[in-house]
Amino acid sequence: MHELSLARDIIDTVQQNVPKEEICRIKYVVVKVGAFSGVVTDSLKFSFQAITSDTELYGAELEIIDIPFLLKCNTCGKTTTNEFGMMICSGCGSVDTEMISGNELQVVEVKVETMEEI
Amino acid sequence: MDVITIERKVLQKNDEIASKNREFFIQKNLFTINLVSSPGSGKTSLVERTIEKIKDKVSIAVIEGDVQTDIDAKRVSNYNVPVVQIITNGACHLEANLVKDALANLEGKLDNAGLLIIENVGNLVCPAGYDLGEDLKVVVISVTEGDDKPLKYPKMFMNSEVLVINKIDLLPYVNCSIKDLRANALKINPKLKIFETSCTSGEGIDKWCGYLTGSIKK
Repeated sequence: MHELSLARDIIDTVQQNVPKEEICRIKYVVVKVGAFSGVVTDSLKFSFQAITSDTELYGAELEIIDIPFLLKCNTCGKTTTNEFGMMICSGCGSVDTEMISGNELQVVEVKVETMEEI
Repeated sequence: MDVITIERKVLQKNDEIASKNREFFIQKNLFTINLVSSPGSGKTSLVERTIEKIKDKVSIAVIEGDVQTDIDAKRVSNYNVPVVQIITNGACHLEANLVKDALANLEGKLDNAGLLIIENVGNLVCPAGYDLGEDLKVVVISVTEGDDKPLKYPKMFMNSEVLVINKIDLLPYVNCSIKDLRANALKINPKLKIFETSCTSGEGIDKWCGYLTGSIKK
């Protein structure tokens, strides 16, 4: 259940990077979550809602961009994936591979209501 | 709607503190390992056997992480090495800033140390994502947990450099195939260096300690 501390880190990141006067107008906080980042997105959303409820971020939602687990094979050159997180090329079976995505955990941007929308 | 771009890693703050810890370890010439596993795999026993085996060759300090109690720190302090207990009060993993605070508590006791062992909170999920600044992440698994665990908890095995399979003295009594356990771990991370140990009988401890002392010198 480390999602609670991650939600806190997300809120800190937003507060440090968004001008104060814009924070209360945030509708969505967009976060990239890799398939093997070890994060349960439902728990992350729940934690985010729970700890923003008495802050200026009240009402903001987490928007998750799911990033697939992808491997680049140094033997055959193919990019493949598998649902297990195995570092083995599904094309040729080589173990000489590199993970090119799937570990992401990043705050990408926030979407803010404009004055007209309010 | 207006968009304000941020593009920052969620764990950036942790990673920045971990980098500072790493700089500190380099400056003190400390080789640091982060021991991770489920609760009850034998991390503390492995720490004890390791200290017994190599403390004449390498000076060792230990940071213990637990949700509650200082039972582990008390156990380790019987071996006359500097030890600090971190009690997380509920948190399921250690973070770099907790290690930084523990290092402050060890001040003056690390000058001659060559090896720092950080024993993480017992949990096969959450500690995987948190860099503490260590040189080596070592995942410990006991044969009583079953040979399918690397497939069920891949991130921990993906992010570790070393796997210690512990409690091998219990193999005759449990439904666990070492061959399958090794194969499953290597499917997730083909680069894993694997050791088999029993902290009860002492089997395999020599090999593990030989590898560890060899790594310290590099």
